[in-house]
Amino acid sequence: MSALDPTLTSAIGPHAQCHVCNLVVGVPEGPTDGLACPRCRTALHRRKPESLSRTWSLLIAAAICYVPANLYPVMEVTTLGVSQADTILSGVIYLAAHGTWPLAVIVFIASVIVPVAKIVALGYLALSVQRASQWRPRDRARLYRIVEQVGRWSMVDVYVVTILVALVHLGSLANVEARVGGFYFGAVVVLTMFAAESFDPRLIWDQLIDDADRDAQKAGGDDDGG
Amino acid sequence: MPLVGCHHCDAVLVEPEVPDGGAAICQRCGGTLFRRQRATVEITLALSTAAAILFVVANAYPFLSFEMQGQTTRTTLSSGVFALWDGGRYVIALLVLGTTVIAPALQIGLMLYVLAPLHFHRPAPFAVEAFRLVERCRPWSMIEVFLIGIFVAVVKLSDMAEIVPGIALWAFGLLIPILAGGTSFLDAELVWREIGDLD
Ligand SMILES: [Zn+2]
Ligand SMILES: [Zn+2]
Repeated sequence: MSALDPTLTSAIGPHAQCHVCNLVVGVPEGPTDGLACPRCRTALHRRKPESLSRTWSLLIAAAICYVPANLYPVMEVTTLGVSQADTILSGVIYLAAHGTWPLAVIVFIASVIVPVAKIVALGYLALSVQRASQWRPRDRARLYRIVEQVGRWSMVDVYVVTILVALVHLGSLANVEARVGGFYFGAVVVLTMFAAESFDPRLIWDQLIDDADRDAQKAGGDDDGG
Repeated sequence: MPLVGCHHCDAVLVEPEVPDGGAAICQRCGGTLFRRQRATVEITLALSTAAAILFVVANAYPFLSFEMQGQTTRTTLSSGVFALWDGGRYVIALLVLGTTVIAPALQIGLMLYVLAPLHFHRPAPFAVEAFRLVERCRPWSMIEVFLIGIFVAVVKLSDMAEIVPGIALWAFGLLIPILAGGTSFLDAELVWREIGDLD
């Protein structure tokens, strides 16, 4: 009844999977250059092209942008002629000081923790693939799915600045202006989202396929676990 | 035997039987293979129509107004973008415009464009390209994050001035579960089968 044959994947064999519509297409062995999905006409790749080098370049760029994103102010608040520049972190401290702990925690996690965690997690995943790690592939696959979902929440601070800038423009009475930190912060979010998209989670499983192949050959290939 | 591929780990499996409303889980990696929703076109079409109406309301009306010493300002989605643009923050303005206006509008509009003709079993021209774009837009549509941004902004301004929620805020609140529902009731495999070049 088991539908899974672990040696049957589209990494090398007679199938490739369209990464847009998920159709499993019968293809000749070897590279799929020039082939397109018969259902949605997207170019077929067994794996996302240059997945790891793209992921690494985007991650490094994101890590570089993370520094000015936190050092430079994201906005400047002027009330009655007194100006105060706010960084991401001072914004969180302000929320905490005003007794809105739940919101302070949410913003701290979304703006400070999530970008770092995302860069570290994707870097770890890329490294584990390069080292052909065998360690807990199911958990690494789950880690990737979490990273993919959670990154968007970092945009919350960019939106807060947008709303404050739009609402508070009463001249010398009260005024909020966006500052350059928001640019770097937005760049971190966008770069890490592209990095997550470039990483091909199927690479996590490829090393295991090689091993399963080897085992199947050793055992004479007559085993159906079920 | 029809084969199905796991887009998380690339296992190729014999397509399992899945009851209506259920989802198939990959045995190897635990990822969702596909959902089976036979009335997917009708359900997602209804949800997308509701989403389209709410999205227009959310864009047309202010979501917050701010009162301070007799002066009032209101903000809509686009006035935030304009304010950033006027302040010379072009990149951020475009990022906000893209993630809160363009991506959700494309997601909702193209979904209607693909699904409405499918209800009559007649795929729309360029339905394949349109549906591909829907899938590409999804991660960039961040309305629910924007709603959290509104709450944070309200708290930050609350001891400076009077904040009054507008109609658009309620539209946002309703739009988010409806968009999420549209995604979870979508049987993408069924749509691909209907619009794709295969028979
Ligand atoms: Zn395809
Ligand atoms: Zn899988």
